[in-house]
Amino acid sequence: MTAPIDDLAGWTPDALGEPGTPRTVVTAPDPALSRPGTEVDPCDPETVRLAADLIATMRVSPGCVGLAAPQVGVSAQVFCVNVVGHPKAVTVHGTFALCNATVVEASRWRPGREGCMSVPDLTGDVKRASRLVVEAQMPGTGVTVKFAADGFEARALQHEIDHCSGLLFLDRVAGAHAVYQRKVYL
Amino acid sequence: MQELAITVIGRDRPGIVADVAGVLAGLGANLTDSTMTRLRGHFAMTLVCNGPEAGAVEAALAPLTADGQLLATVRAVEPDAGGAPQGEPYLVSVHGADRLGIVAAVTRVVEEEGGNVTDLTTRLTGPLYLLIAEVDLPPDTAERLADRLHAVAKELDVEVTLRHAESDLL
Ligand SMILES: [Zn+2]
Repeated sequence: MTAPIDDLAGWTPDALGEPGTPRTVVTAPDPALSRPGTEVDPCDPETVRLAADLIATMRVSPGCVGLAAPQVGVSAQVFCVNVVGHPKAVTVHGTFALCNATVVEASRWRPGREGCMSVPDLTGDVKRASRLVVEAQMPGTGVTVKFAADGFEARALQHEIDHCSGLLFLDRVAGAHAVYQRKVYL
Repeated sequence: MQELAITVIGRDRPGIVADVAGVLAGLGANLTDSTMTRLRGHFAMTLVCNGPEAGAVEAALAPLTADGQLLATVRAVEPDAGGAPQGEPYLVSVHGADRLGIVAAVTRVVEEEGGNVTDLTTRLTGPLYLLIAEVDLPPDTAERLADRLHAVAKELDVEVTLRHAESDLL
């Protein structure tokens, strides 16, 4: 079954049935970040726990709007996103986790400067689609969804889907002089 | 081992970076931060590496500069223990007809407002002059700096924009 577009089939983190425990985030050059994640069974209890733990880790990480399984050292196609309250957010689907997500459509490419919890000292200019259609399975329920995301949520989804393919934003920077030292805000 | 600052400038040809990096690797010098570009067609590379004594590196680079087309300098530097740069990142763009003193005037204003230039590129193409600078600014100074930059730009008859170069943590 495929849920209608722009709906996550009513999914909320409650569907995972557990609060999750924060895990340690690994940083580059940890090899886990460069390994493509394997496809998962969205209803496998291990997948469900992983999704819950990713959401728990995201919640305790200041400024974090997304986190993928390879960032906690697990090579699996699972990630979570939450752009609620972000000033650049256009579509907002709340806090959600996805399994085996793939990009179905990508358009309206826009540059933007990204940082990543797993690359703590650098930022880089990366072009991302600001209009995205993603197909994925919801952890816990296994329901297949296909939905559209715009603006910042679309950027976050592409960043996390990249993580699940073993790619960092460093693999997509716009040029030799498009990487910057991350600033410490006063 | 010590920290060395190396510059290589001169006539461009394919293979200079590979040659320089090869010499450094051969000496066991570990290339850390580097940048290379072409300035009006000239090869220009600046790098910092951890290596042996400066004289030994200069001697090893000598065959590359023997024909007089390249100039290499090697200097021991004190490692900078300072952490990540502080401040809020902004981008200054200036473009217009070439005028004497654009860079001097713009960067002086940035300095007077407590800002620090962390990256800068200027290009002259035909009659068009372009300056792009990354600057770190102290909190709550951007508006004032923007006003002053616009005043300077008016005097020089060029266009200027100051934009927040914020990044999003994903
Ligand atoms: Zn990331």
